[in-house]
Amino acid sequence: MNIVLAIILGVVFGFALQRVGANNPQNIINMLRLKDLHLMKAIFFAIGISSAGLFLLMALGVISSGHLSVKSSYIGVIVGGAMLGLGFAVSGYCPGTSLTALADGRKDALFFVGGGLIGALLYTLVYGSIMESWLFAEIAGGKVMLATGSEKFEPLLPMVPGALLATAIGIIFMLIAWKLPEKV
Amino acid sequence: MSGQLNWFKGGLLLGAAFLLAVAFVKPIGVSTQFVIADGIIWNLFSDTIVQVNPDSKTGYSSANAYLNKSDGKYAENIANPINYSFIFVLAMIAGAFISSRIGGPTPTSQDRTAPLVWRQRFGEDPAGRYVTVFFAGILVLFGARLAGGCTSGHMMSGMMQTSLSGYLFALGAFAAAIPAAVLIYKRN
Repeated sequence: MNIVLAIILGVVFGFALQRVGANNPQNIINMLRLKDLHLMKAIFFAIGISSAGLFLLMALGVISSGHLSVKSSYIGVIVGGAMLGLGFAVSGYCPGTSLTALADGRKDALFFVGGGLIGALLYTLVYGSIMESWLFAEIAGGKVMLATGSEKFEPLLPMVPGALLATAIGIIFMLIAWKLPEKV
Repeated sequence: MSGQLNWFKGGLLLGAAFLLAVAFVKPIGVSTQFVIADGIIWNLFSDTIVQVNPDSKTGYSSANAYLNKSDGKYAENIANPINYSFIFVLAMIAGAFISSRIGGPTPTSQDRTAPLVWRQRFGEDPAGRYVTVFFAGILVLFGARLAGGCTSGHMMSGMMQTSLSGYLFALGAFAAAIPAAVLIYKRN
């Protein structure tokens, strides 16, 4: 059952990435050099609507909060994010879209994936020597989210009901998506 | 660029993919599977990289500190490649292939070597593109593993869950990516 779900959900996600144009490094690079914000608008809209939908459906009991998986916050999230950002800007690929770009027959994506396997291996090899370092110093308690709604993860803003907060943030994201200019 | 959805329809479809995944199983993530793929290959040549260990909660452990993390969770997935997260990522490629065959945007043969913006800036020779992108791939996956996730897991899934780490990741990524893209490719 789990494997059937993996196939269905993976196909839906790959389909969506291809159809929104995220496989195309031209779109990513033009988004990052602030020329064509088509993808930025789509991403803001996707996050906004899925976030509002998730917290509303959790409040209604349709989605189990046990499915949430909040990642830890530590210095390395920002440092690693910046490293990823540099490579993302140069290549126009991120890990997910480099794989789905293979399905478009993009040859440069093949080189990115090859490099990615090396990069992941390098990290696997060095992790043991950096695991105790400042890079893993936690920020704000580690596995935290802004909204309430989970029993596993601490909310940073416990005074506001999670569904309300997440819906408000979601609406702001959707408004940004709507108001951002398409071509700059 | 026939077949590409506008931001509204595309965003709706993308948002639905993230919401369906968390509704049925768990939030989407991709970059861990590069580690799993490495481990599957490594495991062919090593006896210590995945060990059956009844004392571990997952039943597996590894001589490598990273693969041994979280009670040998990665070692377990390497030993059993037919698991949800790995199959999910393989299915993504199939999904993209289906989309490209039934009316999705299709690149020209030149686009398949390098995007137009690269060719205008650095010329038509693909070799430079391939070498640069290879090193970018190293940087991106090293960074993603250090951060504990990538654009899918940290940024999209993370911000969807209002996770602080998602916002921190997006901040780090775009603070580096936007100036880099503007410097490398210029704005016009």
